[in-house]
Order: sequence, then C-alpha cells, then structure tokens
Amino acid sequence: MERVRDTAYGRVLTDTIEETTMTQYLLSVWHDRDATPEDIYPTAQERDEAYAATGAFNEELQASGSWVFAGGLHPPATATVVDGTGTDVVMTDGPFSEAKEQIGGFWVVEAADLDAALDLAARGSKACRGKVEVRPFQGE
Amino acid sequence: MSALPHDEVEAVYRAEFGAVVASLAARFRDLDLAEEMAQEAFVEAVRRWPTEGVPPNPGGWLTVVARNRAIDRLRRESTRKSRSEEAMVLSAAEDPSAPVTSVTDERLRLLFTCCHPALAPEARVALTLRLLGGLTVPEVAAAFLVPERTMAQRITRAKRKIAAANIPYRVPRDHELPDRLAGVLAVIYLVFTEGHLPAGGGHGIRDDLCAEAIRLGRVLRALMPDEPEVTGLLALMLLTDARRAARLDAGGALVTLDAQDRSVWDREKIAEGHALVRECLRRNRPGHYQLLAAVNAVHTDAATGSETDWGQVLALYDQLMVVTPTPVVALNRAVALAEVSGPGAALEAVEVLPLDGYHPFHATRADLLRRLGRRPDAVAAYQRALDLATNPAERAFLERRRAELS
Repeated sequence: MERVRDTAYGRVLTDTIEETTMTQYLLSVWHDRDATPEDIYPTAQERDEAYAATGAFNEELQASGSWVFAGGLHPPATATVVDGTGTDVVMTDGPFSEAKEQIGGFWVVEAADLDAALDLAARGSKACRGKVEVRPFQGE
Repeated sequence: MSALPHDEVEAVYRAEFGAVVASLAARFRDLDLAEEMAQEAFVEAVRRWPTEGVPPNPGGWLTVVARNRAIDRLRRESTRKSRSEEAMVLSAAEDPSAPVTSVTDERLRLLFTCCHPALAPEARVALTLRLLGGLTVPEVAAAFLVPERTMAQRITRAKRKIAAANIPYRVPRDHELPDRLAGVLAVIYLVFTEGHLPAGGGHGIRDDLCAEAIRLGRVLRALMPDEPEVTGLLALMLLTDARRAARLDAGGALVTLDAQDRSVWDREKIAEGHALVRECLRRNRPGHYQLLAAVNAVHTDAATGSETDWGQVLALYDQLMVVTPTPVVALNRAVALAEVSGPGAALEAVEVLPLDGYHPFHATRADLLRRLGRRPDAVAAYQRALDLATNPAERAFLERRRAELS
C-alpha cells in the first residue's frame, strides 16, 4: 500500500510499503477413525520415523516463528460432546461427528499468506503421514 | 455527435475490463471492490462516451474513474477502519502515469490469483472469465450450463476464499511458477475446449468462449513471451479454431477431420499457428501444449486428409506419451497408429486402456472395429459411446455411423 504524508506542498506520496499482515491458520490432521496405528505406520520403524519427522517439523516451526500452538489428540472415543444451547446442558459420549475421518491433532501457525501456510501444511502432512486441512482464523 | 454504437462500447468493455480490474486489485487488494468499481466505470463510460467520444486511452480513463470511485467508497467506509486515514490508499494526482506497476504486470497477477490451486477448478474458470474476460455472470453461467444463481455463488465464494484465506495477490515465485503456470494454461484450455465442444451443444456463446480463450492466450503470451508452453497453447487453440467452420455439417452433426471441407479453414489462423509452432521448435523445450499444437500443425499442413503425414503425427504422440503418459493421450496416439500400422494394431493398443466411462474411447473402438469388418462389435461400441456422449453434434455423428452398420 502506498503511504502519504502531509507537507507544506500538500499530500505527497512516499515509498510503497509492503504490508506484512500475518494470518493465523489451523492445520488439522485427519485420519480414518477405524485406522489402527499399524494402518498409519506399517512398521515400528515407520512409526519412529514419523515421530522424528514430526518432531523435526515442530522445531522448524518454532525456529521460524511460525509456531503458535500444536498438539496431538487422544482418539475420538475419548471425546465428549457438550450441548449448552438448550435449557439443560446435554452431554454425549464420543466425537461430534460420526464421519469416517476424524481429527487426530493440529498445529496453529502464523504465516504471511496462504501459500506459506500451504507449504507448511505439505511438510507437516508428509511428516505425520496424514492429510492436513488448512483453515484461516478470522482476524481481529 | 452521433450515438456510440453499442458494439463499440461492448468491444472496449471486453478488451479493457480485465485490465481495469487488475489495476484496482493491485492497488486496493480487494477483488469485490475492484470488480464493482470497474463495473461502475463502464456505466459511466456508457453515459459519457456517446457525447464526449471514446477517449484516446479508454483503459486509462476507465481505471482513473474506477479508482476515484473506489477511494470515495473507502472514504465513506473509513469510519469502520481502526487505522488512521494515513493508511488509506490515496492518489496524489489523477495522472494515469502515476508510479504504479505496469498494467500488463497487474493482469498477470490477477490471472495467477484467479487460477490459484487452492480454488476449485470450476471456480478458477468462473473467476477468470468474469474478472479477466469481462463476461457477465449470466454469460459465464450460460457457458457452463449452470443456473445464474449457482454461478454467482461460485464466484462470490471464490472471492471470499481469496480474502479470508489470504491468497497472496502476486505472480508466483520462480520455484512455484512451473506448477502455477500449468494451472493457468489448464484453465484457459478448459475455456477453449468448452467453447469448441460444448457439453450441451448450441452456438452463440460457445464461439465467444473460443475467442475469449484465444484472447486470454494472447494476453498471457504478451506477458510471458519466453514461456514456450504459453506459445504452444496459443498455437494449439488457433490451429484448432481455424477448422471451426468445417466441423459441423448442415444438419449440425460433427464432421471428422478426414471428411472436412478444407477450403473453409481459416488460413490466417493456420499461418499464425504454424509460425508459433516453428518458434516453439526453435526453443527446443517441448511440452504438452507445444506437442499438441505440432500435431495440429501437421494436420493443417495437409492439403487433403489422405496427404496427412501420419508418421509424423505418431512420432509426436510418442513424444507426448513421454511428457503426459495418460490413457487419453494413448487413445489419441492409437488413432495415428491405425493410419501407420493398420486398425488391428491400433485396436490392440486401445482395448487395454482404462477408459470405459469416456465416450471417445468407445467411438474410437467402434471405428476400428468397423474398419476390421467386425460389424456387431462396432454397433455395440457405437451404442456404448451414445450412452455416454452428451454433445448433440457428436451424438448425431455417432448415430449416423451406427445406422450405417445396422
């Protein structure tokens, strides 16, 4: 965006400044709910490599300043749905969605734009051997 | 002063709409605003040009008007913004030569943004046609046989995603460019093929789509003259479009290449296409569109169907199989193989292809079976093709072939 400043001669254009507004994105990891660890990591070695790769990816996120928060979730069976929209609060055992694909974990990252976020997601997806959904947070 | 002919304003609209939108998008980083203000500028033009005459630089005039409208709109809305007025984009002068990036750069940025891989393919096509092509929403809807409301929603959602997900407004960086350019070329070619062989048939808007795709191809070539695939795509479209007048018979049925009246081919387009293909050959960086263009160059070089250098076509398809080893390419290669090695060899190559849901597969099989004298099998294959084909011109052709054998 161009900037102007007031001078004795009127409004004057100064340098063009590239606005670097960062956007936060939710990078959520999705797996088949029926998939066992053996399905995702066929061998113990695969599993160890995935964990190491994910750890290395997390370190890269922190080093580059992209990291906001991240974590792996316990399986869907450990979830509870709370519905406080009515007069009574209703609790239900299990995940909200009965869908085949369930969330397994997520990163919250800060990136300059979607391209940067997609690049992070590609690396994260490769590291954790899962599909990653990239969703932007609403701004302030 | 005489009233300005509607066609003239329409022509300027089509030619300049994309440039105006691009210019505003670069400045204000808001596609909605850019589109609306470009629209308002045209309304203003329709109001003023009949009496004032078309200005010497219509694009510049429209951009300035649109920009001023945008600034007015932002001023009215500025109470919403938390930043001070200093952050608002203001122009020190109305001078069209004010220091901004060139218009051609801006159209490139707009094109790459509209074709971003995070957008669904149909959204990319719709956005490109609306913002760069200047087609109205009803026109884009008609082109793809969807209700107007659906198309309007599709375009709105795409713009919303660009804003919400923060899709960057820029020409991709060098390392991203090959993939991103492939995406842009695919969109332009999709527009062309939809115009060339529309899913639902019909004319009018469809010829416009071919013309629009070629126009976008020319814009892209002006912006990226050193990219051989860009040149290749333009050549391919020109050489294909050159044959348009010969493609349908009086009854509206498809006429195959060998049966076309070559005297109605557009020689100018063919000459231009051939020149572009020669340019590609000189660059010697072959690619998908360049090879397809070369195939079409061989076809359009022949005075009659029987004079076609099928050996050359086959060799080109062999190269294409290296670049794009897909079943569809293999199918088209088999058509050439039939001319070089006979229908038996071609049928062998075709039968193994996993294209059961693709009507040209069955149409090709049917033709080869027909040539091998296997009538019942040929009839069955034509029937299968008819079960799948939707384009009326193609259907008429297939029905006739089937009837000839029954």
